[in-house]
Amino acid sequence: MAFEKRIRVTVNGRAFERSVEPRLLLSDFLRETLDLTGTHVGCEHGVCGACTLLMNGDSVRSCLTLAVQADGAEIITVEGHGKAGEFSPAQEAFHACHALQCGFCTPGMLATVVDALRKLPLDSEAEVREALAGNLCRCTGYQHIVDAVLTINTKEEGIS
Amino acid sequence: MKPAPFDYAAPAHLDEALAILARTENAKVIAGGQSLMPMLNFRLVRPDLLVDISRIAALRGITGRGRGMSISAMTSHHAVHTSPLVKEHFPIISEAMGHVAHLAIRNRGTIGGSISHADPAAEWPMLACLLDAKIHLAGPTGTRTLDAQAFFHGAMTTALAPDEVLTKVDLPALPRHTRHAFDEVALRTGDYAIVAAGVLLSVGGSPLTGGKRILDARIALTGVGEMPIRMRDAEALLKGQKAIDDQLIERVACLVRDGIQPSSDLRASADFRRELSFSLTKRLVKSAWEQRSQS
Ligand SMILES: Cc1cc2nc3c(=O)[nH]c(=O)nc-3n(C[C@H](O)[C@H](O)[C@H](O)COP(=O)(O)OP(=O)(O)OC[C@H]3O[C@@H](n4cnc5c(N)ncnc54)[C@H](O)[C@@H]3O)c2cc1C
Ligand code: FES
Ligand code: FES
Repeated sequence: MAFEKRIRVTVNGRAFERSVEPRLLLSDFLRETLDLTGTHVGCEHGVCGACTLLMNGDSVRSCLTLAVQADGAEIITVEGHGKAGEFSPAQEAFHACHALQCGFCTPGMLATVVDALRKLPLDSEAEVREALAGNLCRCTGYQHIVDAVLTINTKEEGIS
Repeated sequence: MKPAPFDYAAPAHLDEALAILARTENAKVIAGGQSLMPMLNFRLVRPDLLVDISRIAALRGITGRGRGMSISAMTSHHAVHTSPLVKEHFPIISEAMGHVAHLAIRNRGTIGGSISHADPAAEWPMLACLLDAKIHLAGPTGTRTLDAQAFFHGAMTTALAPDEVLTKVDLPALPRHTRHAFDEVALRTGDYAIVAAGVLLSVGGSPLTGGKRILDARIALTGVGEMPIRMRDAEALLKGQKAIDDQLIERVACLVRDGIQPSSDLRASADFRRELSFSLTKRLVKSAWEQRSQS
């Protein structure tokens, strides 16, 4: 392609170096170039939250981020939560509370929850609902997701 | 829903960014990308080159100057939302930032991007007008500073030239004893406001000068026209008042309702926006005034 840029990113602890077109979205880079299809794509304009992941520790919309902008960044996708055979605290809570049905929204929900646990007050149901307002779920009706978040009492990174 | 091809540069210094913008036709600045990326994905904008200013360290940060402050363009909504300095001197900003989108968008979206984008329902342009902010721009031939009111020209239209970069926003100190109230009505938490309003009341004076009174009153709204609006007539009615009662508040709110020309869109009709402006103003003036008696 006409414009290609070389980028280096660390995804779930593994370093990658690739040439990408500047217009390639981070979501497509992960799904198409690296074959990490855990990051889901819904609306591609920032509204549904499905593509949310952790970049340098912050939750970001990967459909509103270019792969070139992630050069040098450390990314954690849903594939990077927990250890082999072991759930992260957030995953454990989602599992225990039946906080997913089809699972389409779950990767984005988990990234949102991990970041929100560190940055937002999540003590009341209202606070949890506000923190989740940017992530749409078409299955659960949200109640079980809210329940799950309220049971996570660890304030540290709930990833591993 | 994929952007059309473009080239990309991520300079480390402002001078470099300005040089690239000056020599490239159809280049576009990208800051947090939280408004530009959707437009690129929809192909509403097709630049030949994106100039990413997020790697320019000098464009980030909040600096206090007395009780005023300066916020650099690339400072994220989240950084502003959680800044103790902002909370101390401009609590109305901290409060308003909680209404801007969602955490993931606040992590990347910036003050410079919000003000440059000039969405007619966004919080930052309204705060800039309410706080009489000075907008600093840098271009190929030097820098210039504009009053917020002069910076906004219409919906998503500003004084920014294509080869200019917004570098920082200066917020002059508010008078001492300024009380504030901010609120908005949106369809869901984090959505753009249908109508948002901010009120500042500065109370001062001494027995020698005839007792305490409102020395300065400011009311600004967004979502009720092409750009944020200061309600000067309503402000004038409040200035000099020694006390506020329901009747006065009603008159202030009527001036606001009759002083705007909102339009109808998918989210709300013009009439509904007028009624929201009326009731928000009533509630906010009252709550700002009552803050006084608590302190
Ligand atoms: C789902 C969703 C909900 C949202 N809800 C809200 C909301 O409720 N309230 C709200 O205010 N915003 C909302 N936003 C928008 C968000 O606040 C953006 O962060 C902001 O509008 C733009 O900032 P940015 O840094 O992302 O700018 P970008 O998207 O990078 O840029 C926006 C525009 O400004 C120009 N630009 C950016 N920075 C500069 C600069 N320093 N100098 C010159 N030009 C510049 C760009 O060229 C572009 O035209 C929402 C966004 C999404 C996706
Ligand atoms: S796909 Fe990114 S927010 Fe919907
Ligand atoms: S579980 Fe299906 S969308 Fe949330």
